[in-house]
Amino acid sequence: MKTLYDKIWDRHLVHSEAGKPSLIYIDLHLIHEVTTPQAFEGLRLAGRKVRRPDLTFGTVDHAIPTKNRDLPFNDPIAAQQVETLRENCREFGIPLYDMDRIEQGIIHVFGPEQGLTHPGMTIVCGDSHTSTHGAFGALAHGIGTSEVEHVFATQCLQQVRSKNFRINVDGELPFGVTAKDVILGIINEIGMNGATGHVIEYSGSTIRDLSMEGRMTVCNMSIECGAKAGLIAPDPKTFEYIEGRQFAPNGEAWDAAVENWKVLSTDADAIFDRSVDIDATSLEPFVTWGTSPDLSVKVTGSVPDLSEARDENEVKSYERSYRYMGIEPSQKIDEIAVDRAFIGSCTNSRIEDLREAAKVARGYSVSDRVNAMVVPGSMQIKKQAEDEGLAKIFTDAGFEWRDAGCSMCLGMNEDILAEGERCASTSNRNFEGRQGRGGRTHLVSPSMAAAAAIAGHFVDVREWRFKE
Amino acid sequence: MQKFTTFTGKPAPMFEPNIDTDQIIPKQFLTRIERTGFGAFLFYDWRFGSNGTPNTDFVLNQPRYSNASILVAGMNFGCGSSREHAPWALLDYGFRAVIAPGFGDIFYNNSLKNGLLPIRLDEPTVATIAENSHRVAEYTLTINLESKTVSDEHGLNVGFDIDEFSRQCLLNGLDDIALTIQHEAAITAFEARSGR
Repeated sequence: MKTLYDKIWDRHLVHSEAGKPSLIYIDLHLIHEVTTPQAFEGLRLAGRKVRRPDLTFGTVDHAIPTKNRDLPFNDPIAAQQVETLRENCREFGIPLYDMDRIEQGIIHVFGPEQGLTHPGMTIVCGDSHTSTHGAFGALAHGIGTSEVEHVFATQCLQQVRSKNFRINVDGELPFGVTAKDVILGIINEIGMNGATGHVIEYSGSTIRDLSMEGRMTVCNMSIECGAKAGLIAPDPKTFEYIEGRQFAPNGEAWDAAVENWKVLSTDADAIFDRSVDIDATSLEPFVTWGTSPDLSVKVTGSVPDLSEARDENEVKSYERSYRYMGIEPSQKIDEIAVDRAFIGSCTNSRIEDLREAAKVARGYSVSDRVNAMVVPGSMQIKKQAEDEGLAKIFTDAGFEWRDAGCSMCLGMNEDILAEGERCASTSNRNFEGRQGRGGRTHLVSPSMAAAAAIAGHFVDVREWRFKE
Repeated sequence: MQKFTTFTGKPAPMFEPNIDTDQIIPKQFLTRIERTGFGAFLFYDWRFGSNGTPNTDFVLNQPRYSNASILVAGMNFGCGSSREHAPWALLDYGFRAVIAPGFGDIFYNNSLKNGLLPIRLDEPTVATIAENSHRVAEYTLTINLESKTVSDEHGLNVGFDIDEFSRQCLLNGLDDIALTIQHEAAITAFEARSGR
């Protein structure tokens, strides 16, 4: 009677004793330029080594430019940070997939794409969206820099077991409603700290019917409702996605791996500390209107007024959001005009996301009032999108077509909003200033972002007139 | 890690829900490769106008909170990004503890690793402390990690929970990597038996 989370935990238990956190083994450590320099420095100061450089993989994503990469960085401090990662990887023997590599991309796109992410693994990275890898039935979560150093030195983490939370999503997704809308709907339902202290397992027919990329979108935003991690039990779709990728097992090792992965599911009689059921048939495309990811409404709706706030804290959040976002209670969502559109991020930058957005963009032009950009999740996706003709659809329509990186999801490079600019964004956080100081972020799916870019305001993509 | 035993200091009230790590330390400062010096950038976009001048409305810019060392915040403080720059910035600015009804998990953990004490108290108690720090002149709080209590000189004396292991690490300033390395043999045995 164990949950999937319990089973993965048990498989990785190195040491436990009463009254202390358990020692859990880490199978895969993903690293990038922003949250590692101080950890490497800590190792050097203590005279320690990286215990398992062979289980550690790096790429660059957060602070790098997404255009003119043949030129020196405009930001010397970012350049130094990237150079520091290069030096550290050389010194400690860690493979780095740098900007000259086709594999380079957002760390949570890179891992699955290269076949590094496997069911049943424990995966950590100094980034809160590490929960993405849970789509494969891996226990994956973000850590701070002290824990990055801890994993470098010991390949383990001191962990306290989380509670189990099941979110069951059943029913066929209506036309135009995507994985992004499923997770925005879940966060809206349970609140921004609704899963704090829990590991979520997503289950139900809707989740089973999602592609692996859709599942990654759902698990990616688990942290936005406070969860430690999000998990989906692996199935044949999972195995099919992994097979043949660069770091996937092959030959006899593949067969053995699949046998081992097949048993990774929650027992029928396992008990969850909490459960929530979501009816997928009632979902619509969502648009966030406030400055936290739970403040969203259906595209056919309006900005809620204070009477709809569930408690005193929500009243405060509503009031702050109206002010910061420059919108009024009861304002219709499809009357909100946008200045920018961003299609990208570890949430929505994979090939299926780009296909969905391109379907909307085909034969149209970006509104005169909008600046729109598409930032693929990896250079491999960029190439694939070019080969499939998607890039041409975007550039013909007036979207900028960039190189891979985190870009305007968090605006650590030059891709930022100006003060007061309003953006339809496929990313994961709409916090104040997230995409640039004074910038106003509305989170949506890729097709909704493309439609807003073209119309100049939010529109219901279910009524879009698609062109051949 | 810096030890934490008992501490008396001035609280500053920021009793707003969901103060995320993007607010605590905005992204434009994350390209720095040092662990120190982040205090100057704490709550940057709230503390300073777009031209860099201090925003006089912001709580930490008010003279009465100039030496504040305990932050009193609303629910879900430190939600969002895993950036450890958030506790680094709070500590570098001069904070030693944050009192809130709840915290983002990663922030909570990152704080413990750095000797910044995150204290969970029920929401009405936090509201009272926030109100007192606003209303009472020269208001101070004493945090005692030995007895797990928060008290003031006006009759407040409440207990808080923290897991015993973290408490011992903070009281003694222990390095948790060194503690894990004591289990080196168990790690090696695990690798051998699981074929890693």
